[in-house]
Amino acid sequence: MKRDIVTSVIGMIVLTILLGLVYPLVITGVSQVAFPGNANGQKVYVNGKLVGSKIIGQSFKAPVIGKNGKPEEKEEELVTEADPRYFQSRPSATEGGAYNAAASTFSNRGPNDKATKEADEENIKEYLELNKPYDASLTVAQIPVDAVNTSGSNLDPEISQANAWIQAHRVAAKRGLSLSVVDGLISKYTDSRGLGFSGEQGVNVLELNLALDRLTGGTH
Amino acid sequence: MTFAGWLTIILFAVILTVAAFALGGYMAKVYTGKRVFLSPLLAGPERFLLRVLRVDSERGQDWKSYAKSLIVFSLVGWLLLYVILRTQDAFFVPHALNPLGYHSAPWNVTFNTVSSFLTNTNWQYYSGETTMSYLSQMLGLTVQNWLSAGVGIVVAVALIRGIIGRSGKSLGNFWQDLVRTVLYVLAPISVLGALVLVSQGVIENFTTYLSAHTITGLTQSIAMGPVASQEVIKLLGTNGGGFFNVNSAHPFENPTAFTNLVEMLLVLIIPAALVFTYGRMTGNRRQGYAIYSAMMALFLAMVVVAYVAEAHGSPAQHAAGLHTHVISGSTGGNMEGKEQRFGIAGSALFDVVTTVTSCGAVNSALESFTGIGGAVPFANLSASETIFGGVGTGLYSMLLYVLLAVFIGGLMVGRTPEWLGKKLEAREIKLAGLGILITPLAALFCTAMATASSGGRKSISELGVGPQGFSETFYAYLSQANNNGSAFAGYTGFIQPNAGNVGSHGVTFADLLGGFDMLFARYAPILFALAVAGSLAGKRVTPAGLGTMRTDNPTFVVLLIGVVILVGALTFFPALLLGPIVQGLTGHLY
Repeated sequence: MKRDIVTSVIGMIVLTILLGLVYPLVITGVSQVAFPGNANGQKVYVNGKLVGSKIIGQSFKAPVIGKNGKPEEKEEELVTEADPRYFQSRPSATEGGAYNAAASTFSNRGPNDKATKEADEENIKEYLELNKPYDASLTVAQIPVDAVNTSGSNLDPEISQANAWIQAHRVAAKRGLSLSVVDGLISKYTDSRGLGFSGEQGVNVLELNLALDRLTGGTH
Repeated sequence: MTFAGWLTIILFAVILTVAAFALGGYMAKVYTGKRVFLSPLLAGPERFLLRVLRVDSERGQDWKSYAKSLIVFSLVGWLLLYVILRTQDAFFVPHALNPLGYHSAPWNVTFNTVSSFLTNTNWQYYSGETTMSYLSQMLGLTVQNWLSAGVGIVVAVALIRGIIGRSGKSLGNFWQDLVRTVLYVLAPISVLGALVLVSQGVIENFTTYLSAHTITGLTQSIAMGPVASQEVIKLLGTNGGGFFNVNSAHPFENPTAFTNLVEMLLVLIIPAALVFTYGRMTGNRRQGYAIYSAMMALFLAMVVVAYVAEAHGSPAQHAAGLHTHVISGSTGGNMEGKEQRFGIAGSALFDVVTTVTSCGAVNSALESFTGIGGAVPFANLSASETIFGGVGTGLYSMLLYVLLAVFIGGLMVGRTPEWLGKKLEAREIKLAGLGILITPLAALFCTAMATASSGGRKSISELGVGPQGFSETFYAYLSQANNNGSAFAGYTGFIQPNAGNVGSHGVTFADLLGGFDMLFARYAPILFALAVAGSLAGKRVTPAGLGTMRTDNPTFVVLLIGVVILVGALTFFPALLLGPIVQGLTGHLY
């Protein structure tokens, strides 16, 4: 017994140093040299300012400015509304505002819950209000599911192509671009499947919006 | 459903089988002391470690001695991890390794977390990026990701040695097996795998959380950390505890559809390889092929059910008026809780991979799976880690079922059951039977306790109404008993109003019940498996005769599948009816 205790204590200390310090530090060192961009989160800068990470989704809604000239708040969260000049990400239900990448969370909406149906209906209404004025034939049945269902991480950086094609009508009209130019950008920022067969194609919303800004100027 | 979806599933199964076959042969050499291609590099460190540990590797251990070393080592690990997690804001922790100044989680949550990581469960009531410092993540949690995996594997190896033992009582040496597992099996794959993941976008740094100013005038805070080094061993060791709250759904843990494939492969590679190792070590590879066939058949059946169910969409979606079939540019289906880059097939496959093993990492929200899609992880857990299972745990759990199947087969043909030339007698059957019963007993007992008491019902989420509330509870204790760790994540044991644990408190009932659930269902079956090994080790081998029932042919594969399904189904079916099956059959909204 005593022998086991001595060996266990020595073993636990040695292995903790080896696996808990040496191993992560070596991996960090090699990663920082070999893949510094990836290892640090694929940061995206515009005019020297950090605007986000390429692979972390973000909200393209803008703060609503109240009568007093300050951003409106409700229950300590900023009130925001979709900026129609930008492609909008999937709905996100993180706490402290959508796309809070310091506190990822599942929405945990059950398949048979009334609350899930109500959340879907809410998102459908918002999506139609935003896009129907620019695409008169749009109906509920045509809305791609990703546009109104929250993602797993609630930080999904991508939307489906079908979702992007619908929003393209709005963005093109708002920016005075032809639909084919916007559709061309969508194709350019569509990621292919893994190894050509695995997963689904998706459009990187941040990259797409930045490309639009480079073309016609940003809001801010 | 799409062609690409089915292709993903088929190619994954093929790649897995090829890779596992190769690794299985390698591991058989490692555990029989033969030279492998890494020996020139690793023999030195191995000798050094054993000398530091003062272990005489020539000294074999009988099952009791082997078990004693394992239990003492685990106990020391438990205490160390508890201390590390409870002192994460102590004065001696450098600021760089706790840049946000997080306090420690309360004692009850920590009890649950420590038990969880020691038992290879990695059930998480806490959320990584709002609770854990970088030091806790690497020095505490990452270390147990390695060691709990190592402990599982050595038990399977010891059981194989017992089965093939020709003389004496030795099952090998626990310390040598553990050191070899870490150095020869886990380390090479982890180092290589971590770098592959970083090359695809998994992060690995020690900087503080980023603050970005978005182009629409919002600010976004983005969590950072040494993710890749933990991510790879979390999967390879079938641990499953995410660095971030949303686990492998997080783009920093699983950035592309390609990493999704790599991660699924990492999860299954060792459990699948060990089956081939078993075949090689018994000297009859067909023994391994038979068990592998049974596992693969059950695995694929589960994947098909999950994929079809999720592609169909959920009652809530349909009630809201959505159409869920495939259209141009969209995969359709139940995308609630799923990431665009994985789609339906990549999420359904990952879900099955992680719940047949004891991994429990998730890349989508299990709670949001449809009734039938959500019944699949339930069914997988009900099989008690026999469909590949956790690293090591899977093989020893399945071998106990093999023993049971041989016994039942023996009864049917009316002969004393024999297994690989050894007569199975009352003692082995009793031990195996008890070993098999532990997990269902722990799961059902805890579920009953938690649903029947007001203390337990506190943990059910606001959205968990009707059968969903029961499903959440049942899944929580089933997952912890199986040392899986995936969750219907609405079920809570930790109330945390602010990041960094100021003002947070645990739900003591759920934390303690779950903690004991995990510890009991981990160590009791290990003891029974080692006892079976000890009992078999000393038996004389008699040559197979004409009347011996073979355990390496298709008939036996069918018998084995039957035993797994019957034991699983009979034990869990009544409880399953009350939750997921009700939801799947009615389409009713609650």
